Formats: sequence, C-alpha cells, structure tokens
Amino acid sequence: MKLTEKDVRQVADLANLALTEEEVARMQHDLDEILTHIDTLKELDTEKIEPMSQVLFEAGETATLREDRERPPIGTQAALANAPLSGAGYFKVPKVIER
Amino acid sequence: MTVDSIRKGLLAKEFSAREIAEKALAHGEAKNAETNAFLTFSPERALAAADAVDKKIAAGERIGPLAGVPVAIKDVIVTRGLRTTCASRMLETYVPPYDATVVARIEQAGGVIIGKTNCDEFAMGSSNENSAFGPVRNPVALDRVAGGSSGGSAAAIAQGTVPLALGSDTGGSVRQPASFCGIVGVTPTYGRVSRYGLTAFASSLDHVGPFAGNVKDAAALLTVIAGHDERDATSAFAPVPDYSAVLDGNVRGMKIGLPREYFESLESETGELIRRAVDVLKSRGCEIREIHLPHTKYAIAAYYIIATAEASSNLARYDGVRYTKRAQAETLSDMYRRTRGEGFGAECKRRIMLGTYVLSAGYYDAYYLKAQKVRTLIARDYSEAFQQVDAIAAPVSPFPAFKLGEKVDDPLAMYLSDIFTITGSLAGIPCMSVPCGLTTAGLPVGLQILTRHFDETAMFRVAHAYEAASN
Repeated sequence: MKLTEKDVRQVADLANLALTEEEVARMQHDLDEILTHIDTLKELDTEKIEPMSQVLFEAGETATLREDRERPPIGTQAALANAPLSGAGYFKVPKVIER
Repeated sequence: MTVDSIRKGLLAKEFSAREIAEKALAHGEAKNAETNAFLTFSPERALAAADAVDKKIAAGERIGPLAGVPVAIKDVIVTRGLRTTCASRMLETYVPPYDATVVARIEQAGGVIIGKTNCDEFAMGSSNENSAFGPVRNPVALDRVAGGSSGGSAAAIAQGTVPLALGSDTGGSVRQPASFCGIVGVTPTYGRVSRYGLTAFASSLDHVGPFAGNVKDAAALLTVIAGHDERDATSAFAPVPDYSAVLDGNVRGMKIGLPREYFESLESETGELIRRAVDVLKSRGCEIREIHLPHTKYAIAAYYIIATAEASSNLARYDGVRYTKRAQAETLSDMYRRTRGEGFGAECKRRIMLGTYVLSAGYYDAYYLKAQKVRTLIARDYSEAFQQVDAIAAPVSPFPAFKLGEKVDDPLAMYLSDIFTITGSLAGIPCMSVPCGLTTAGLPVGLQILTRHFDETAMFRVAHAYEAASN
C-alpha cells in the first residue's frame, strides 16, 4: 500500500473534506491504484526538462493587461444573493473568535 | 435542422424563430424522460430571444449569424438568472449573477438558449454517470452512456432537440461524448475561446468547445465564440477567421499523420473504422504518413496529477460561505468539512483527495513538477510531428459507447480510456471528433483530427472534406 488509512485522513483534513468510514476505506484503495499507475512517470528522466505550467501563445509581455478603468461592480445584493446566510451586507459564518 | 436551413427558412418567412424555439423546448422536454439530457429549461429566456429575432426580420434589419438557432449550454457555464448546478448537489439552487462571455456572444449573434445540459459533476468524468441528477442515456442506444463529461450537450444534438450546443473539455469531455453520440465536437486551441464564466476545473487545461450536427455548423459556432476577451487573461489575441468560409472540400496535398502508438491498443472494430476514414482522406488527395508520439503512454499519469492538483485548488471555494449550500455545524472548520462532505459526489472527492495529496508537503516535486515536465515532453512530441505533417488523424476513444454501470466501479479503467483525447489536451492544440461510421452493433465511432496551435482552419478543412466524401 502506498498510503495508509492515516494518510487518507490527513489528506482529507488538508482538503477540508469530511469522509465517512466507508469513504476512507474506498479512497485508500482507489488512490493507491491510481498512484501505482502514476509511478510509471519514474521511468522518464526529466532532469533537464523545463516544466510546462501553461500553454503559451505569442503575445507581448503586457498584452494581457487591460486598461485600468472604472467599471460598475456587481453590487452587494447580487453578490450575496447565493449566500446561505448573510446580514448587514456581509456573508455570515459560525463564530470564529470567542469574545 | 442546420444553422443554414434555419436562416433560410426565417428569411423566407417559412417559420418564425418563436416557432423554432417552442418546438425545441417541447422536443427537449419530451425527450428528457428518456435521455435526461437537460437539467433546466429556459423557456422565458428562449422565447424572448426568439421574439427579438422575429422583430428584426419583420423590421427588415440584419440578423446575426446564429439568428433563431436553438442552443443548449452545458451546466458548468454560468447563465445570469438561470440556475447553474455543475450537476452537483453543492450548487443545486445556485443562480449566477452574470453571463459567461460565450453565452453573451451566442445571444448577441441571435442564438436562442433553450436550457442547461446534464454533465458529470464539475465536468469530472468520462461517462456522465457522475451527475448528481442521474446519468445521461445515449440517444443512439438508451442502455449505453452518452459519454462525458459533456454528455447532455452531445445527447441534446443527437436526439434532435438542438442543432448547436456548448460543452467544456479538460481531457476529452467534448470529443468523447461527440464520438459516442455520433455528432461533431470541437476542442479549440487553449486560449482560443474565453473561459470567463466557465466554472473552473483545471485551469491550465479547461476549454469551452462547440458541438454540432455537422462540421460547418460547428465552425459557425466557433467563429461566434472565439476571440480575445479582456475578462479572461488566458484568452489569445490571434485574429479569428470565419471558419465556415474556408470549407471548400479541397485537401489535396495535405499531409496527414497517423500516430503508430495510438493504433496499438485499439478495439478492432474502432480501428477498422478509423483506418477506413483515413483511406477516404487518401482518396481525396491527402498524403498519409506514419508518425510517432513516443510519450503517449505517460499522458494519463501526467494528466491526472495536473488536473486533480488544479481541481483541488479550484474547488476549495465551495466551502459553505458563498455558494448556496451549507451544512449545519457549530464551528467554522466543521462547517467547511461537512458542507464539502455532503455537497460533493464520489468522483469529485476522489479528485480533490488525489490533487491535495500530490500537492502536499514533500510530494510537490515528485508529482506536480514531474507531471509538468512530462507535459513538456508530450507537447514536444506534437510539435515535432507537426514539422512533418499538417494534421494528425486518430481515434477519439479506444471503444464505442459502453453500457451504463459497466465501468463505474473502476475509476482507473475509466481514466485510462481517455488516452487518445488527453494527449491533445495537454499540448493545448485544437482537436475535434467527426463521425466516421457505426460498428456492427450500430454504435457511432468518431475520427479525431488534431492540428497545430491556432490552426483550427486546417482541422475544419480536413473534417469537412471527410464528412463530404463519406456522405
């Protein structure tokens, strides 16, 4: 096994993901299988290869910068319309800091 | 109906745009019990758009290139005031406050958006079985998958509801369902089409792409949606030709490459249909050459590192604060965890987990950086091939549409089936699927055509010449 049940719980924690016991077991099996396949990459010597982080096309260095001009914003009401809980123009969440 | 036939009929006053829209809506709703292609219909928006077209015609004004054409939009592309779910419980009631650029451009061109189509949750899947609202059934064979992730958009065309649809493609999500449903599907060059308003899955790989019943209609739709958008810094400045104007059927002297590696692991009937399609191109005057794409076998591994890493980051925003769904919890961190645990389906969780793992401390170089380097090698394979040939012909999928449920318990097998589409996605080159016949069981097979960056023109020419010769 490439990763233990404890590893799975740790990763779920990093991802802010609540998993059921059943999901943890299934995840361990599935991730293990996929990571084993991923290991085939080790066959390749990539020491001198540049990473490709984006598909690049020819354009001037500042071509993607648009003019800095004022535009009407979306507005608080529209921005909050999908909030599960809002009030006084803000998103509301459970209390973070005790007074 | 095609884009052309609708235009001619409207201008000759044989029918109105309203009649076409009403017919499409009724057809889509009736078919939905069978195929589940649509998640939401938008009758008010459609009829308002259709009426605007009819008014222009009555007033003798010029109409747009897509005037009166019903269009279906994959439900990962946001539409102002029209529910956009990403086929997820997480966004079941989400109503976006703005339109994606592609949606705005279609409506400016006179297109009539009749609804939002089903897909794999957050576009993650190859069979459309990962939708929180049930799978899409293939209109050609209802016991089979429509393909994924844009299965609903492909099915909406194959079942005859709309002539045009939009999908999104990260690793094959337009081409593969197009191939499974027997229609045309296009993944343009990375950067060719604005992604403003496309729900982000893997930002270095995501594309918006057109579906159509034929090559000319697909070219017409791409002409409308392509081009720079100041709201998407990754959209390219390259000028947009009128793609449908270059389709004269002449491909004499074009060099077409066949990647040897792609024909090694092909189901025999699919391979035979692809070879026959290549023979058709040869008879039209194309020169056929064998080429090599030696890093093909590493593509899946590289893709599932890059795509999941980017997805784990992009999907972090669904945390119960802004996007409709929230699980009840006492603390903020519990609220995040439970909302995401309840809101995401199994495949999204799997990809978030894999992506988080490969990016976690100590693993970044071994996985993400390594995958990016392998991506360079795969892109290089293509640029070397394109020094010898003008286009590449290949299969889209190793096999035709499979039965619902057949692969659902084996995520790795499902991932591996994307091998022929993922390589082009990693390189960012334009690629498309054009129907090339049926298996003995009557299942459609797609021929994939790939060309150089921003050379959609050559891609459409080859596809159109093949389509014209095989009809």
